Amino acid sequence: MSGTDWRNLAISAALLGLAALLPVYGSPYWLTMGTTMAMFVVLATSWALFSGPTHYISLATAAFFGIGTFVTGLGFQSLPFWVLPPLAAIIGAGLAALVGLVTLRLSGVYFVIFTLGLAEMVRQVVTWVQNQTGHRGMYVLTSITEREIYWMLVGLGALVFLAGWLIGRSRLGFALRIIGNDETVAKHAGIDTALAKVALFMVPGAVAAATGAILAPRYIYIEPATAFAPLLSFQVVIMALLGGTGRLWGPIAGVIPFSLLWEAITRQAPNQTLLLLGIAFLVIVYLLPGGFVGLWDRLRRRFGGHS
Amino acid sequence: MFILITGLLLGGTYALIALGLNLQYGVARIMNLANGEMLVAGGFAAFWLYTAGQVNPVAALIVIAPVAFVANWLIYRFMLQPLVKRAKSRGALEVDSILATFGMSFAFVGIMTWAFGGGYFNYAFLAQPLEMFGSSYAQNRVVAFVLAVVIGGALWLWLTYSRVGLNLRAVAVNPASASLVGVDVRRASALAFALGGAVTATGGALVSMFFTLDASVGVLFTMKALIIIIMGGVGDIRGTIVAAVILGIAETAVARLIDPGLTLAAAYLLFLLVLLFRPAGLFGKARG
Repeated sequence: MSGTDWRNLAISAALLGLAALLPVYGSPYWLTMGTTMAMFVVLATSWALFSGPTHYISLATAAFFGIGTFVTGLGFQSLPFWVLPPLAAIIGAGLAALVGLVTLRLSGVYFVIFTLGLAEMVRQVVTWVQNQTGHRGMYVLTSITEREIYWMLVGLGALVFLAGWLIGRSRLGFALRIIGNDETVAKHAGIDTALAKVALFMVPGAVAAATGAILAPRYIYIEPATAFAPLLSFQVVIMALLGGTGRLWGPIAGVIPFSLLWEAITRQAPNQTLLLLGIAFLVIVYLLPGGFVGLWDRLRRRFGGHS
Repeated sequence: MFILITGLLLGGTYALIALGLNLQYGVARIMNLANGEMLVAGGFAAFWLYTAGQVNPVAALIVIAPVAFVANWLIYRFMLQPLVKRAKSRGALEVDSILATFGMSFAFVGIMTWAFGGGYFNYAFLAQPLEMFGSSYAQNRVVAFVLAVVIGGALWLWLTYSRVGLNLRAVAVNPASASLVGVDVRRASALAFALGGAVTATGGALVSMFFTLDASVGVLFTMKALIIIIMGGVGDIRGTIVAAVILGIAETAVARLIDPGLTLAAAYLLFLLVLLFRPAGLFGKARG
């Protein structure tokens, strides 16, 4: 590890400590906001791990997240809680592998379309199964407090960052950057492109499912319509792209301002959230391709910094 | 028999909607995910003209189609052409156009919710039953099907036999070569996009005769149109029609025999089979 690595590690550890201490110095309101932000940081960062280098836009987050909440909903009475997030992660990774095997051999459009409807499709199937067996929603009544949920999310976030850093240094990360730049070149260089993409797609799948499992106690009552709300997938995409997927810290730079804006809009004009989401997409495409990270890099280049 | 005919009637309308999207994607190379919102807008227009002005939805098409044409031409010219110019490769254009049309889709839903409220809307037009082959079908479904067939047929004839249609097909095959033989690719793309939007809005007006719509239902139709296009093959009119009918029948069968809440799951099953066994479309040739 070089000197910059040690420096970055120290900064990350300090920021992580600061984030972990939020329940100690923050008010309950900020704890609630912090939990939401921590959830989006985890989701958006893991999303960017796959979609950043490959440019494949995944809209499957809500599907994995919903499955995670159902794992907790079905299992919290018979299993200890600490088993559930890892269990959800395994199921999420498995599902991601299946989706990836079907769609990632083909061009990116197929993948986008397939993931676009995935949450809705899983919701229909879950609803149908519930109708057959006779119970609609589920109560998740546990003794887990918001504070504990927050700490679990921060821990998961640290894991995601560690994984992202390791993947970035690994052969897999290198292979994915080549695939993202030119898939034909990657194939000719002897990379099994489909396998590399499927392997990496399992990461956001597992993380989103684990996040859902952790957050399930917060919702208290789980039903398919809320657990699989497709909006979540789009929020994650927007936040990750707004921040920029070129760097590991990019999504955080998008999550914080966008969550605050979202919160303000939902309070003032709850009917206009979709309009905001639409405008945010358009702003990113037309004004901020590359997100805040791209903007930051351009400014540094212009004002004589070396990168 | 009842399932087959109902499915066929539904499939005819789906085919028209998917043809609109196929023109936009096949010729103009824009994966337009705001397509479903254009459909809902067409449906809204028909609903509004019918309830406020007592205009027959069939007659309303004469207004809806040209307005949608102009609106889509403007969208292409001012929103999407900059992306086409900026794009370095087809893949980059795809990512940009997907994100941009997602943005438009959400913005349209936001505007429509704001303008018309979030409630469901439907109206009773030709809701009487029609006896055919021993079962009864709603007249409005039959009318919608017939209109879809007429409009789709006219579109097919125009694409196959007219000079402009030939230009569009040339761009669909290869934009670079088309411009070498004197086709104005930019104009042809804009025309195809506008025409596709007009066809979709027409489909929306037809759907609104027998479907209850609301401001946020568009994405479901986008999804179905996309599945139909992939099943039928991009740019393949015959494939689109066959795929639409298959989807219509499959959905009707699942809704009647298992559960009406599973229609998208049925569409997904078909999608999955196509991806696994015929990724180039029903009639497509495998590419290396």
